[in-house]
Amino acid sequence: MATAFAPRRKEGRWIIDDRAGGIFKVNRDAFTSQEVFEQERSRIFDRCWLFVGHGSELKKPNDYVTRNVGGREVIFNRDRKGEFHVFLNTCPHRGAMVAREKCGSALAFKCFYHGWSFNNNGKFGTRNPAGVYPDDFGKDGSVDLARVPRLESYRDFYFINYDRDAPPLETYLAGAAEILDLVADHSPNGMEIVGGVQEYSIRANWKLLVENSYDGYHAAETHETYFGYLMKTIGDFDISQIQADSMISYGFDLGNGHAMIEGKAPWGRPIGRTIPVWGEEGKEAIAKVVAELEERVGPERAARIADRDRNLGIFPNFVMNDIMAITVRTFFPTAPDQMNVNSFALAPIGESAEDRKRRLDNFLEFLGPGGFATPDDVEALESAQRGYAASKFAPWNDISRGMLKEVPRGDDESQMRAFWREWTRRMEEE
Amino acid sequence: MATASTICAAAQQLLSRAECEDLLYHEAALLDDWQLDEWFALFAPGATYDVPQAGAADDISSAEALFYIADDYDRLRYRVERLKSPMAHSEWPRSDTARIIGNVRVLGVNEAGVQVRCTYVCYRSKNNVTDTFIGHCLYTLIGEPGAIRIASKRVMLDVNSLRPQGRVSIIL
Repeated sequence: MATAFAPRRKEGRWIIDDRAGGIFKVNRDAFTSQEVFEQERSRIFDRCWLFVGHGSELKKPNDYVTRNVGGREVIFNRDRKGEFHVFLNTCPHRGAMVAREKCGSALAFKCFYHGWSFNNNGKFGTRNPAGVYPDDFGKDGSVDLARVPRLESYRDFYFINYDRDAPPLETYLAGAAEILDLVADHSPNGMEIVGGVQEYSIRANWKLLVENSYDGYHAAETHETYFGYLMKTIGDFDISQIQADSMISYGFDLGNGHAMIEGKAPWGRPIGRTIPVWGEEGKEAIAKVVAELEERVGPERAARIADRDRNLGIFPNFVMNDIMAITVRTFFPTAPDQMNVNSFALAPIGESAEDRKRRLDNFLEFLGPGGFATPDDVEALESAQRGYAASKFAPWNDISRGMLKEVPRGDDESQMRAFWREWTRRMEEE
Repeated sequence: MATASTICAAAQQLLSRAECEDLLYHEAALLDDWQLDEWFALFAPGATYDVPQAGAADDISSAEALFYIADDYDRLRYRVERLKSPMAHSEWPRSDTARIIGNVRVLGVNEAGVQVRCTYVCYRSKNNVTDTFIGHCLYTLIGEPGAIRIASKRVMLDVNSLRPQGRVSIIL
């Protein structure tokens, strides 16, 4: 939510937010402190909505995936009736994990340790000889699989919350909901996760990846080699176009710590912007995609969906970059200087094999552990983390760029300030 | 028409295990020495190089699944060009690497070429951290002894995830 009352200058333990002077600083201890890491667990990851998975990962009743969300092993599954659940992946008996594969289909989960078993709606389902346990054993639900307190979805994006009293997901999403809509509307058939999760780690604080994921400022410098490749492959692109008004990217504060940059980049978009290297065949295929979009959502919205690139961050740790392909990533700290990243490719269901190939090629050229760009981001984040060891003598990060502008651009740092204001509010509130 | 047994016999004739081993050891040495142009020259025009996700099946397709790397010949050429630049930050200053190749087997021959499998361990050190990549490689080799070229190289990672390695910024 937009802050109704914003002090002109706020100097807290972690940030200096000088709106009048146009200066915003973040204390580097926020990236290195063990105390911050522990406080974040209780104040942020146990209170905020966390992405657990996409509905397309569970296409049929009884499907399940297992993953770690917010430091806890969970099962994201559908029961026999098709209902979605998220259970803590730990046996109520003595704690072993009841599902140990990454994904599968299961009518029941059986703990391998002592054999306790559970219906896939979480109900305890083991029969014991009479007299072993009291007759009413488990009737109160105490030996059912423990359920994550809250599970809600928006446009097939499933989020959990460890706080029973959290506001509803849609309220929490604020202005970010509309951006999820833009991506969910790419296809009349819905969207799907394509072929697996990229699971990797980075030796840096998790908040560095939040900042990096919608940092328009670093792109030209850090990713010079990617753009060099892009310019070669897209053919006769006129580099001066990048300065054109239509391509300028802007920064948006979406409320509740969520933020986005949106603009237009020179790469091709399988949803609506062809590039010369895709040839006549690609041009025609993209024109078909755009025609369907226009028909379904109207020309104005179709143009925004097809021809604008956007990097969205949902507080605290969900990123959706709808750029040369769509990547969804979420990440959790395992230590102040270490995070685990889960990264997905999202694509329209029913997309043609050729469109799908262009999309996956586009994805791999930039994104992921073997792309021409993401590894250089990882290097930058890890390099910054090592630099923070000097925080006693070099204590502040500066993210003031564009702070005095009426309308901040994508290569300004307003989106990061939106994140840090919310982070500070949650870390400092009584 | 060639039968399975005559194909196997042909493979034996075409390339011996020792000839394949010589090529793979040579390739590993070029990569460890960062002689990337020489390495790229081992690949036949039109060759591919790919790295599916950790734990994937050997026959997975990059048209349907999300890989880490799925290079055609042109993208591979650019990968090499990029890695030679100090602007490839992830590999500048360059990593130190050491590759160990073993368990080399000539599996047979098909219309694409001679199929070879090996196991590898690759140590990569950068910024005083050493990561280990472990897995097996599947090669399609073509050409005569002494002038063998790689028509495809698929690097399988026999680990659960890229934790803690984080990235595949070297060529495996």
